Amino acid sequence: MSLNGKSKTGARWPAITFTVNGESRTVQAPPMKRLLDVLREDLHLTGTKEGCGEGECGSCAVRMNGELVNSCLVPVLQAEGAEIQTVEGLALNGALHPLQEAFLQCGGAQCGICTPGMLMAAAQLLETNPHPDLAEIREGLAGNLCRCTGFMRIFEAVVAAASEQTAEPAAEEAHHAR
Amino acid sequence: MRGNPAMHDLIAPGSLEAVLDLLAAEPGVWTPIAGGTELMVAFAAGKLNTPKLVSLWGIPDLRAIEAKDESVVIGAAATFLDLRRHPIVAAELPLLAKAASWIGSIANQSRATIGGNLVNGSPAADSSPALLAYDAEIEMISVRGRRSVPYSEFHTGYKQNVLAADELIYAIHLPRRFARHKQYLRKVGTRRAMAIAKVALGATALLEQGVLREIRLGAVSLAPFPTRLFATEAALFGKTLARETVQAARRALLAETKPIDDIRSTAVYRRRVAANLLDEFLLELCREGSQS
Repeated sequence: MSLNGKSKTGARWPAITFTVNGESRTVQAPPMKRLLDVLREDLHLTGTKEGCGEGECGSCAVRMNGELVNSCLVPVLQAEGAEIQTVEGLALNGALHPLQEAFLQCGGAQCGICTPGMLMAAAQLLETNPHPDLAEIREGLAGNLCRCTGFMRIFEAVVAAASEQTAEPAAEEAHHAR
Repeated sequence: MRGNPAMHDLIAPGSLEAVLDLLAAEPGVWTPIAGGTELMVAFAAGKLNTPKLVSLWGIPDLRAIEAKDESVVIGAAATFLDLRRHPIVAAELPLLAKAASWIGSIANQSRATIGGNLVNGSPAADSSPALLAYDAEIEMISVRGRRSVPYSEFHTGYKQNVLAADELIYAIHLPRRFARHKQYLRKVGTRRAMAIAKVALGATALLEQGVLREIRLGAVSLAPFPTRLFATEAALFGKTLARETVQAARRALLAETKPIDDIRSTAVYRRRVAANLLDEFLLELCREGSQS
């Protein structure tokens, strides 16, 4: 692979531009490089984790153009022009996102490897369905595997964050006003 | 060994015409990739044997879902989330909406496309039983023009299909005439989410004055590719739902399906469960009729 944006044959990799957490970024990378690896290696955003590398575990979940995707299955060329949100984009000006607060309060994280993907899946769920019932929470997080918590504390955290949205709509709106 | 991105070329011409021109200029050289939920798994494992890929992601013509008078036309690159969110699919094609909800997780449904599911040709493809039960037609496109085949004739062998080297699936056409039919779809897998089917059965039937006037049965994981159960249908067509008919249908199903033992299940289990699913469907049909 390349050290200077060139392949072995000397051809330059294409410049690929997309937005990450509100900031425009341009990388030069092989177009088949996984978005996951571009985020971690090229952009040093190591919050996004690799678990299985085959779309089964959700550790690498990020949001792309408002949809939840497994970044291990996205060739970076297909992110051209996209808006990407990673776990680094959840907290705003040092203030944790309500979901992050809820995971802390409820013990929704232990080893932490699944947590960024869980948070992104939960953020996606609450954006499309602000008041999910337990079945909907289970479905929204069904693609995210956790081997520590047994899931119940994670579900509780999502419930807590959703009810926080109800209790403090102004604070929630303020958080998302960017 | 892990996949090396430097070993593969991927281009995104951005329009359907440009993709078709490329496929026509170098047939068999370029592998289309849409949401990548199959090919990127192979890539990561170092098992993607195609050096050149052409992206279908973000080509609007391929992602449209259009309700016409006679049919619902689903673009090949419509994602399973697109299907779940479409009001007409949800209202008129509930089996397809249900199948879409089975595809992996939300993060897979946002990327996996219906055309990709069919071209990949897994013997266990989640969307196939519904498409077979709804008598889907597959529209294909190349620079030479368009042609269509019934979905029941699309797969020709294990991971084989009728597409020529320069062709893409353009759309899937689903007739809008199943409102009065009894509709059934059930998948048996290891867990509710993220599981690949051990066996699944989709069915539509029209019962008039107690006689089966129409019946379509689509199954996966019972053959090298998704299949209509034509012999089982024949055992039911034009009959009343007497005990002997149901027993004959069960025998026909067991005779025409030849599943295999693999990591997910056994042939014996698959045959028995497939026959039980048929029983369940016929029992519901008997109890509720077709216009429930």
